[in-house]
Amino acid sequence: MSVASTASLTDLRHQIAGIERVYTRLRTVLPFSVPAIDDKLPGGGLAVGALHEVAGGAQDAVDGAASAAFAAGIAARTGGTVLWCFNQADLFEPALARFGLTEDRVVFFRGKDETDVLAGMEYALRHGGPTAVVGELAGLSHVSSQRLQLAAETSGTMAIALRRWRRHVDARDFGNQTTSFTRWRVTEIKSERLPVRGVGRARWQLELMRCRGGRCADFEVEATDVTGHITVPALLADRSVEAGDGHFRAVS
Amino acid sequence: MGTSGPSREVPLTLKGSDGRRRVITAADDLALRMGVHVGMAVAKAESLFSDLVIMDADVRADAIALEKLALWGLRHYSPNVAADPPDGLVLDIKGAAHLFGGEAALISDLLGRLGDQGITGVAALADTWGAAHALARFGGQQVQIIEPGKSGEALRRLPVESLRLPPEMLPDLHLLGLDTIGELAAKPRPPLAKAFGNKLFRRIDQAFGRLAEPIEPVDAPELIKVERIFAEPIGASETIEKYTRRLTDQMCAHLEEHGLGVRRLDLHFTRTDNKVETIFVSTAKPVREPKRLAKLLCDKIETVDPGWGIDKMIMTAACVEPLTMKQTLASFEAPARPDMDELWDGLANRYGEDSVYRAISVATDIPERAVARLSPTSTAVGSRRNALYRRPQRIYRKPEPILALAVLPDHPPRAFTWRGQRYAVACADGPERVQGEWWVSPREKGKVRDYFILEVESGERFWVFRTGDGVHENTGSLAWYMHGKFE
Repeated sequence: MSVASTASLTDLRHQIAGIERVYTRLRTVLPFSVPAIDDKLPGGGLAVGALHEVAGGAQDAVDGAASAAFAAGIAARTGGTVLWCFNQADLFEPALARFGLTEDRVVFFRGKDETDVLAGMEYALRHGGPTAVVGELAGLSHVSSQRLQLAAETSGTMAIALRRWRRHVDARDFGNQTTSFTRWRVTEIKSERLPVRGVGRARWQLELMRCRGGRCADFEVEATDVTGHITVPALLADRSVEAGDGHFRAVS
Repeated sequence: MGTSGPSREVPLTLKGSDGRRRVITAADDLALRMGVHVGMAVAKAESLFSDLVIMDADVRADAIALEKLALWGLRHYSPNVAADPPDGLVLDIKGAAHLFGGEAALISDLLGRLGDQGITGVAALADTWGAAHALARFGGQQVQIIEPGKSGEALRRLPVESLRLPPEMLPDLHLLGLDTIGELAAKPRPPLAKAFGNKLFRRIDQAFGRLAEPIEPVDAPELIKVERIFAEPIGASETIEKYTRRLTDQMCAHLEEHGLGVRRLDLHFTRTDNKVETIFVSTAKPVREPKRLAKLLCDKIETVDPGWGIDKMIMTAACVEPLTMKQTLASFEAPARPDMDELWDGLANRYGEDSVYRAISVATDIPERAVARLSPTSTAVGSRRNALYRRPQRIYRKPEPILALAVLPDHPPRAFTWRGQRYAVACADGPERVQGEWWVSPREKGKVRDYFILEVESGERFWVFRTGDGVHENTGSLAWYMHGKFE
């Protein structure tokens, strides 16, 4: 490709980016501080004013425990107040502090059904006061996702749809088209055995199933810690090129 | 009666006139126990009970006190509260009950507060004013909540006295053998109407909800009020919205003069058919911004049924608090995030006050009691206990029984069956012993739960417990339960 055509291509890209309002929003991203993951995401992290979808894999599609931990970690790292919208009865609120969402940072909104959850999320996103809004949803139609995305875009608040279904078969819904920027699936896998009795840090298979402007990818990570970060298991980290001293966490 | 009244140890009655003779109009518990009853002739009571204290009833003062009580009800419970003389209040709690967590909760809160003031109250909730009036006074229970649409049935067995009829009409009705509302309602109307006039059937129709009986809220000159009367009735929601904004502007100007902010703002719409529709918003902190209040109110306009049109809009600041000016800081830092209180108010007004909350953890090891739900504006700090201990993010409200295989007394299960599926345990943590809190419930005394964190072969993590310590039989039944799910 000649220099001239490359230049005109870049020029075109800029023009398109100018038309796409979202592109400017993409510049503010929230990195995971895990290079292996951040490299796969456009801009080097999760777009802030955008909708992201998270669901559990296998049994967790119904239980929604690992996916909640993953979502809570992301929300916690946005830095401000977080609104957590839900309508099922099994959330144990104080436990979210283990993923960085301490009780002074998170406010809960319990709707009577999913319509309330969606409406509450949209209302909070448009308001723009919280830095992240998490909503536990089973269904998310294309139109609803558009509304959430627009609301998130206008205020620069991160929206996380925590997808969770009543029955296992309903999880097929996760294949349907929505306007979310990224779509994640978190599946619990066997953790590393400790040399002593006990249960160590949980480990997940993290699938980036869809990523606007990026590619799909799979990662094996250790579960969210008390600062809201996930990490690459030490064994794998040692093998990877960027590992350095094996210390990955950075301030986001 | 305050300090000037007689002491509580003497039986006290009040006397008044029923038109023909002087009768006892009220008696306290002591007097009632002695055998005095309301309606007894004063002369008879005096001769029968020598130590009875009989004082003049001050009807005017009672009426004034009742108006005051109605105003208190208006501020606390609902925008539509009126005195129902001589001894009652009537509240329209449509749209207000969810703020207290339901109708029953509102009533128990109301009776509790009255009880604190030394007033014993009875309450009934029904479809109409007439039905509620009758059930409260003649229903025979302290609290009675009639499901929507069932008021008619409940009314039929009540005596005709409960219908708010003129007292002189009652003996004649009894003479005709009409003792209950059911009997009365079943009679053909024309002959009775000829004898008793329209009043009789108006009361019946009001009680059964066939005739509207709007509650005219108690009028208090100290409440800030703005109103607008329309020459032509309005009905379109845009028009209603427009005037809501105008009224809010006026209201805020008034509030500013007095240095007040509003905690609850009522808006009454009087329709051409004389029905009153009411909406109201409440805020966590005093507010005086017209935009914000108008937005909250406009969110609710869709619930207003304009019918054939609205003649009049009245806006009342039902609950106000002092609000001083606050200077907003102009800073060069990042632009400030919008005010969070606004968001909480918006959500609370749409979905109920208890739908938005901060969860504060309570210093207890029993997860069922570990969360206190406070208003989002509260700054209370909870115990760190449940945050630091490893607690699962999903807890089943009702622990589910599982079949588990474990070595007693303190080994984790090797395998368990839950919801029909068998899991082999790969590794485990525990036990964490939680003792029953005998100071909360005496039945928990000495009871023990041993909690384990289990990771199964697939990597899923569960929180299970065994009741009992595995050694002493009286600590629990040794049954296993699934209680939560970790990441």
